[in-house]
Amino acid sequence: MMVTTPRTDLRVALFATCFNDTMWPETPKATVRLLERLGCRVEFPAAQTCCGQMLTNTGYAGEAVPLVRRFVDVFGDYDAVVAPSGSCVGSVRDQHAMVARRAGDEGLASEVEQVAPRVHELSEFLVDVLGVTDVGAWFPHRVTYHPTCHSLRLLRVGDRPLQLLRAVEGIDLVELPGADECCGFGGTFAMKNSDVSVAMGTDKAAHVAETGAEVVVAGDNSCLAHIGGILGRQGAGIRSLHLAEILASTREEPA
Amino acid sequence: MSTLPVQQTSPTFVGMPSFPEAAREALANTQQRDNLRNATHTIRAKRAAVVAEVPEWESLRVAGADAKDEALTHLGDYLEQLEASLTANGATVHWARDADEANAIVVEIARAKGVDEVVKVKSMATQEIELNEALEAAGIAAWETDLAELIVQLFGDRPSHILVPAIHRNRTEIRDVFLREMAKVGRPAPEDLTDEPARLAEAARLHLREKFLRARVAVSGANFAVADTGTLVVVESEGNGRMCLTLPETLISVVGIEKVLPTWDDLAPMLQLLPRSSTGERMNPYTTMWSGVHDGDGPQEVHVVLLDNGRSHVLADTVGRQALRCIRCSACLNVCPVYERTGGHAYGSVYPGPIGAVLNPQLRGTASEVDQSLPYASSLCGACFDACPVRINIPELLVELRGTVAEQGGHRAESAAMKAAAWVLSDPRRLAVAQRGATTAGRLVGDRTVRRVPGLGAWTDARDVPTPPKETFRQWWARERGES
Repeated sequence: MMVTTPRTDLRVALFATCFNDTMWPETPKATVRLLERLGCRVEFPAAQTCCGQMLTNTGYAGEAVPLVRRFVDVFGDYDAVVAPSGSCVGSVRDQHAMVARRAGDEGLASEVEQVAPRVHELSEFLVDVLGVTDVGAWFPHRVTYHPTCHSLRLLRVGDRPLQLLRAVEGIDLVELPGADECCGFGGTFAMKNSDVSVAMGTDKAAHVAETGAEVVVAGDNSCLAHIGGILGRQGAGIRSLHLAEILASTREEPA
Repeated sequence: MSTLPVQQTSPTFVGMPSFPEAAREALANTQQRDNLRNATHTIRAKRAAVVAEVPEWESLRVAGADAKDEALTHLGDYLEQLEASLTANGATVHWARDADEANAIVVEIARAKGVDEVVKVKSMATQEIELNEALEAAGIAAWETDLAELIVQLFGDRPSHILVPAIHRNRTEIRDVFLREMAKVGRPAPEDLTDEPARLAEAARLHLREKFLRARVAVSGANFAVADTGTLVVVESEGNGRMCLTLPETLISVVGIEKVLPTWDDLAPMLQLLPRSSTGERMNPYTTMWSGVHDGDGPQEVHVVLLDNGRSHVLADTVGRQALRCIRCSACLNVCPVYERTGGHAYGSVYPGPIGAVLNPQLRGTASEVDQSLPYASSLCGACFDACPVRINIPELLVELRGTVAEQGGHRAESAAMKAAAWVLSDPRRLAVAQRGATTAGRLVGDRTVRRVPGLGAWTDARDVPTPPKETFRQWWARERGES
């Protein structure tokens, strides 16, 4: 049974992330639906763009400085910022201060350090801030969960996503072998080292298929695009879905 | 960037292809991939088990990193102290700026002893400077005595792993090379040799024994060099190292300057961190420590060659210098999903895997194709940082080095694309305009699967493309919530 105390006292901002905004709008939509169902007032500050991770991780940290500036300006006043992406939250919490310092902007770095602790990946926000694991979701399918590297090793979300998934009504959650191994996406790595990336992804896809799951779920659409892209090419008939979409799924509005 | 000299790329690795190119070739070698997968997964599980049983592991990691940082922060002082202690103990200390100087020193000592062979303890530093080749050029045979190094030497191959250099070979291949090659360089392998590990080890033991008993000069590296006591330490599994360190009358040790530890007590965390991280053992079978010369016991002439070879260049970089903490345990290789699939040769250096991807471009600079590509040879999954016993933040260093490579302007098209992306992403109106491209494509494609996109072959050769949506989230929000 879903138990929640509505947190209408919090000013919650959705950081949709540029990737989701452009390519996977269903994920931020599901995030809004889910958070509102749990009693949050969600705002989408339209001035937001991107965390700059792709630039930083490709070696262009200098080009990311205006994006760090923008992030702080757009989100600085909110009580909580929620993003359906472990990777983008990892970039804010782990890299933004470094990007600012590398550019010699100590002022910006300290502003980042004010905002960063209030930026949460979706499962962190649900479990740690709202204090819920049963979000009242319904998803009657066989599902396996891939913990993305940045959720696992940068954010240390631990088993929060699994706690949330276990509480979903009707779900048949099966363990993914070699779950903590990277899927091989890695941002521009997927293009610059495409052979190794595909070799890693092919092993991940094989593990997914081994579980007999109908759906592979993760907290990052970028990793899912890679795993799902390989599964799709193989004609495996396995869907990839973001965690937010399963948690938002109900009998009335199934994912 | 520092102006201190970088390491010269050795002839073996000059002209190495970029990592993606070398990796493609390695991926096609299915036998090697099987060998690597089995070996890395076995050692990975062993390490995880013995690390999990130490509740204070994290504080040991911090102690190890602190000891190394203390040494590196005052490196000049500790090296002078090490020299004084070693000299007081009867050792002779030599200083080598680079590989050529170090090799010349070792060759000269061996020549002065009038020998035509030396036995060798497994050592990364001597591989780095290609000492064996230098000795050979001087007419002196260098016999590797570590079992795996012996295997690699018999193959005429290069090591592909720091700790288990023959990780890319399996038992059958090893039996075959023993039967084929041992007789050419010493005692032959028994004709009825099988690929049982015990039989292979016995053949190596017999082959090496005559070399141990005959050799008058040994060459080693050192895992640690303790400044306050003037003690060198070698940590090993087989005891072959100890044979070399105790039997010959002359011992020459080539030691990277970053191997120095301030005090004897600093060995306490290190000797716990190293075996658990590297072989997955609670304790390594053989730890040999020697402090100079002792009358009638062990080598009577002890030389120590302190090697820079690009290390000062690394030290000058305040972010990059943490790579010098490395104790060559190879835990990062064993947990790396990239290394697991490509093996070590693709890294174009004796230092492969994640640590190689950060160390080589720092030691050698980023002028060559392979050194420019190494910082990108990672998905930044972070498994290496978690496994590192001295807390080297390898992903952070990789990103930092990518910045160095990008600043050189190495990839013109990429640089233009990133600058364009930054321009679009720094303004929500520009982003909205750019997003129209995606939604237009989304409306054109409909629900069909996208298999080919011109210019995106690197993605679409093996992966379908996500179908773009007909409406972005931003548009949906404006439409639904009437805000923008």
